[in-house]
Amino acid sequence: MELSLTTRTVGEHTVLEVGGEVDVYTAPRLRERLLELIDGGARQVVVDLGRVDFLDSTGLGVLVGALKRLRTVGGTFALVCDKEPLLKIFRITALDQVFPLHATVDAAVAAGPAA
Amino acid sequence: MAAVKLSFSPAPVHVRTARLVGVAVARRAGVREDLLDEVRLAIGEACTRAVALHRQYHVPDPVLMEMDDTGSYTVRVIDRAPIEASIGLTALDADQLANESLDEDDLTTGVGFALLAGFVEDLQVRPVPEGIGTEVRMVWPVGR
Repeated sequence: MELSLTTRTVGEHTVLEVGGEVDVYTAPRLRERLLELIDGGARQVVVDLGRVDFLDSTGLGVLVGALKRLRTVGGTFALVCDKEPLLKIFRITALDQVFPLHATVDAAVAAGPAA
Repeated sequence: MAAVKLSFSPAPVHVRTARLVGVAVARRAGVREDLLDEVRLAIGEACTRAVALHRQYHVPDPVLMEMDDTGSYTVRVIDRAPIEASIGLTALDADQLANESLDEDDLTTGVGFALLAGFVEDLQVRPVPEGIGTEVRMVWPVGR
């Protein structure tokens, strides 16, 4: 399934809903969109992986890149993910210790700037 | 003798095709359904690694993937990049991953290796027997 990217605003958070397959071919589009958001002033970014059915190391690299970029400008970055296969990927790579991971967008937004 | 061989230009767009073929052959070979997501991810990582190496070293040759369902399901992904470029893969810990100085390519390589090692119990990365390059060899049990 092709990559889909949809942005919406929840309070002060910018939520990027990602769907489909994030891999070495599609990850550059995800990187581009995240950079657009951050360069456009978004500082509290939540990426919702709820409709992602494939995520590889390239996609994970893009997400870490966004996290670091937001940190340098005083922003926050959080992920929404409740699918066990994806959560296993975060555990195996130790990225579960790097990203704030939430089960729902509401939980990510409620966690606020400290996320 | 491999049951199915796939040869593809070292372009990111073809990695998805390789995943689809690899999983289709795994299913036909009798790999358990609950392992197929891991097969898909591991094949994707091995092919992504090969494509990245070919592009990094400007190797236009195709990447080769061989699938063999004799006894178990064995997938070999073969690149033609200089061997020394392929050695030294290490998994990164959380502090290294979050380190500002680690660039995205190095992070992706480390994470890719962690996924391969984490999802494939029987994994070997070794020089090809002849010529230049390395092969990533992955084996999964079949349920027959």
